[in-house]
Amino acid sequence: MPEQFIWGIEVFLNGLMAGVLYALVALGFVLIYKASGIFNYAQGVMALFAAMTLVGIMNGQVPFAHLINAIFGTNVHHFGWHVPAFVAILLTACVMVGFAWIVQRFIFRHLVGQEPIILFMATIGLAYFLEGVSDLMWNSEIKKLDVGLPQGINFAIDDYTYGIFGYGFFIDNLDIVATIIAAILVLALTIFSQYSKQGRAMRAVADDHQAALSVGVSLNFVWIMVWSVAGFVALVAGIMWGTKSGVQFSLSLIALKALPVLMLGGFTSIPGAIVGGLIIGVGEKLFEFAVGPMIGGATENWFAYVLALIFLVFRPQGLFGEKIIERV
Amino acid sequence: MSAVAEEFITEDGRKIGAVVMEMKNITLKFGGVVAIKDISFDIRQGEIRAIIGPNGAGKSSMLNVISGFYHPQEGEVWYKGARRPTMRPYQVAAQGIARTFQNIALFEGMSVLDNVMTGRLTHMKTNMFQQGLWYGKARAEEIENRQKAEEIIDFLEIQAIRKTPVGRLPYGLKKRVELARALAAEPSILLLDEPMAGMNVEEKEDMSRFILDVNDEFGTTIALIEHDMGVVMDLSDRVVVMDYGKKIGDGTPDEVRNNQNVIDAYLGVAHD
Repeated sequence: MPEQFIWGIEVFLNGLMAGVLYALVALGFVLIYKASGIFNYAQGVMALFAAMTLVGIMNGQVPFAHLINAIFGTNVHHFGWHVPAFVAILLTACVMVGFAWIVQRFIFRHLVGQEPIILFMATIGLAYFLEGVSDLMWNSEIKKLDVGLPQGINFAIDDYTYGIFGYGFFIDNLDIVATIIAAILVLALTIFSQYSKQGRAMRAVADDHQAALSVGVSLNFVWIMVWSVAGFVALVAGIMWGTKSGVQFSLSLIALKALPVLMLGGFTSIPGAIVGGLIIGVGEKLFEFAVGPMIGGATENWFAYVLALIFLVFRPQGLFGEKIIERV
Repeated sequence: MSAVAEEFITEDGRKIGAVVMEMKNITLKFGGVVAIKDISFDIRQGEIRAIIGPNGAGKSSMLNVISGFYHPQEGEVWYKGARRPTMRPYQVAAQGIARTFQNIALFEGMSVLDNVMTGRLTHMKTNMFQQGLWYGKARAEEIENRQKAEEIIDFLEIQAIRKTPVGRLPYGLKKRVELARALAAEPSILLLDEPMAGMNVEEKEDMSRFILDVNDEFGTTIALIEHDMGVVMDLSDRVVVMDYGKKIGDGTPDEVRNNQNVIDAYLGVAHD
């Protein structure tokens, strides 16, 4: 077998894994967009905030330490304890639920029935606000996140592929874990929205507010629930990306990678977010591998957007988006 | 409560029950516009109560007051013997008052079955964590409610379109699906806002038959708004007549038909 082909398979597999991480971010967008028609620009910052909060809690950092010290002239930075990862994740999930409540209570409750563009602008404001709060709360240093996920090359796969091809594939353990977790998350969310009471209420609210009220659905409750779930998804994405590349400001930029994924998969489809993520992940890695060397590389920066653009021309609702049905 | 007899015999000799809902001196204003002015009437257990009147009389506003979409500035709503505090529409729904809308408010992207299942939401008690885990109790509840939804679908003869997205259905069927969703809540009071608007004669006959069947089979109390006088007189046990936000008549179809105010409102008064 030619070497190029074997390397291609390795690139393909790594692309799939990268795609899963994109999909995780895109998933948060889809959830909120589906239930409230809000395109949540702050989803990436939510992942950053969740990851920073997780690290902060694990390390026993005092929230708002700089602010407290500046006002009271004290010098506190650490509580001096370390919280186990599992407990810290649960606590962070609670913080994200609280965040959902605040967002709903103080922003979107007052914007019910407004134009989508106004809601979008509100989320941009929210993104910058949350970014500032994250820095103020947990300071802006680059932090290391380690919740005990396995990392580094997977030797089993390395050995196995060496036995077949005479060349061992490099697959990161973290990517494998991310794939499994994402698969479980997507499966659970899909089943939840299709077959559970709250999922049905969620879809009802997305479709028609008035009708949802008339069958006894509280809009407020559904919106808080959806933002909480999106917050949890952001936490998962934050853990994966944070473990991979450290918890730092650039984490919030992964939201930009989610945009082409959404255009491909459709803004309203949970499975679409996954398939879209995989296509983008594989596409950009293979393109870089096959075409990159010929045109000077760095194709990963723009490939996803060009692909999304092509999709916009031929299938604006995305692969899995709801087809627009109109009876005339 | 006011001194009303426990039972009431209609023109057809049908016995209907005690008062289940009472509107007392309701006044509703939108800025300077008075939509409803000091109206009182009651709804009895098991009856079909019609609200009629010319366009702009305030009928839909009245239905919206009952279902909690509007909140009157003055007056009281009494339900099952107690004064109802100001409630949001979803709280009213949870109390067993279901409704349909004049301009159909269905979940267009969802299938007929899913739409009907949303009608069961107020009957599903398991919480989010139980639902999320999909363990015994939540699952049993889902199956039980699914069964109920299927019964309603059978009853209204829409089995053939169970899996069709509502957005694809013609108008007449949408109206029927909306009735199915309201009925799925097993309401104590069913509010129908112009259930036959825009239908042809055949569809109207079907819908009339369903309304009578619902009342007959489930004993559901029904309050409806309708423009077609023939239909109203045939269907209803008692009729409230509104005009310009005021009540101008209240009684059995025969009484209303012979009420001079009502005749004036509908046919106009000769000015000489």
